[in-house]
Amino acid sequence: MAVGGCALRYHEIFSPVKMIVERKEMTWWERLYLPALWSGIKVTWRHFAQTFFHHRHAAAQTAGGYHPEFKWQVREGYRGAPYLVRDQNGRTKCVSCQLCEFICPPKAIRITPPGPQPLPDVGNVEKRPAEFEINMLRCIFCGFCQEVCPEEAIFLKKDYSLNGLSREEMIFNMEKLLALGGVHQDEIMKWKRKADEALAQDEFPPIQQPDSPNVANQQRCT
Amino acid sequence: MQWINQLGPSEQFALFSAVKVLAVFSVVMFGVAYAVYVERRLCAFIQDRLGPNRVGPQGLLQPLADAGKAFLKEDFTPGHVRKVYYWLAPALVMIPSLLTLAVIPFGSRLGEQKMVIADLNVGVLYTFGIVSLGVYGIVLAGYAANSKYPFMGGMRSSAQLISYEVTMGLAVVPVLLWTGDLNLSQIIQAQAGFVSWLPVLPNWMAFQSPMTFLAFLLFLVAAFAECNRLPFDLPEAEQELVGGYNTEYSSIKFALFFMGEYASMIAASALMTTLFLGGWTLPIFGLDAPAQTLWAGLAQIGVFLAKTAAFVIVFIWVRWMLPRFRYDQLMSLGWKRMTPVALANIIVTAAWLWAAAR
Repeated sequence: MAVGGCALRYHEIFSPVKMIVERKEMTWWERLYLPALWSGIKVTWRHFAQTFFHHRHAAAQTAGGYHPEFKWQVREGYRGAPYLVRDQNGRTKCVSCQLCEFICPPKAIRITPPGPQPLPDVGNVEKRPAEFEINMLRCIFCGFCQEVCPEEAIFLKKDYSLNGLSREEMIFNMEKLLALGGVHQDEIMKWKRKADEALAQDEFPPIQQPDSPNVANQQRCT
Repeated sequence: MQWINQLGPSEQFALFSAVKVLAVFSVVMFGVAYAVYVERRLCAFIQDRLGPNRVGPQGLLQPLADAGKAFLKEDFTPGHVRKVYYWLAPALVMIPSLLTLAVIPFGSRLGEQKMVIADLNVGVLYTFGIVSLGVYGIVLAGYAANSKYPFMGGMRSSAQLISYEVTMGLAVVPVLLWTGDLNLSQIIQAQAGFVSWLPVLPNWMAFQSPMTFLAFLLFLVAAFAECNRLPFDLPEAEQELVGGYNTEYSSIKFALFFMGEYASMIAASALMTTLFLGGWTLPIFGLDAPAQTLWAGLAQIGVFLAKTAAFVIVFIWVRWMLPRFRYDQLMSLGWKRMTPVALANIIVTAAWLWAAAR
């Protein structure tokens, strides 16, 4: 027995669907345009009455009303404005690696690294940006900065309505970004562990050298 | 007020004419501003929105804000335009629609004064003469802009306006035959009282006979085309021509085009009110005779304004109801349908009147 024995050929199965739309000759009554006019009046009047008499306009049905009074409820996964976050100990998570600055397609991010001086509140553990600016006029809310960040320090929040009266006002500095970003509940606390280790390292007894016992400490202070 | 009586008749005429011109002009400009507002609110309601409702109560001060914006915007003249025509065109669009209003009686009389700027014997002919000038502004704008979309808009508008003007002119002839007069005040006088075949309907021209009703419909459709309103807005056609003839214009020059469109809409509404819906008359409360008191005169002006406003709302509503005609459909509707019907209408009316006179 031959397997299959199917009568259909390939091109018969996979040929594109042919559809002939019949163009019906319009009747004399239809060609007067009056039935179309009447149905147009019906549709527009229905919508007009819905909005004008019953206040059932589109915004009322989706958000309850119009924007400044009734804010749009942002859904999960919405990509709004990018803000910086702190961890639950209040530490700025950004380590000034500048990956986001490099990847940012419209070049909206500008990071000023701290330079060689360790910042007093961070110590010698990890860098922290001296300044972090996002130009919200340039930002396209693409989310690359969030994706690329190795420290989970920048997040696209749900803010979609950013307003300002000048261009300068729309450049958000680090203080503002951190205030807007809030706290990220970090479970790993990588730099806290590092800091603890570094602190523990400091408490190791220094290598005893006969001539100058405190060389290591002195060098670190200069 | 003694000094008015001491003036000579020609001085009095000049003074009262100036006052009437100023009054009509300011009312029309106010009407233009608020027609835009009404259009924006109405189209919003039809599209399930609310429209501008922030400036003032219910957004009623929105026209003021719009005007301020139009004046303060940069008046940019592109480098490639033909400057003289470019500057001339917006004014040429605005002027004819305002000139039309000169012969339209907007009330019977206040005191001794007739409520019409110029009571011409050939008022209807004057109107058509002026209306046909409206195309020049648009054609000139399309030519002056020196770029392709405005040029297309100008070409389309010249073809469209010329086609529909034929229909418009022919549509109004049965009315002239019916009343036997070209003076718009006399045409209004012929529409007083109730209609003879059904004495609850007012004796307006649109109800007087089947021929005048057909003339009204033809005139209405042609008026839509003359004002470049949807479904005949091919000169503008935002989606195809990026605004058509006004693409290259900005600031107050663009606003002039915009105001010109609405002013011609108001003028067409006023003309249709006068020709077909009885002008300032109302068959009740004795409002169909020239006013004897000041209050009756004011009431008649109010009646005229209300009828005109109703027409403007019809114009606006239709814009948000019907899609645009294709260009060839527009032309075939104009030349193959409406023009023959209008011609036949003239013949039938003439035959009817001849038969009635025998």
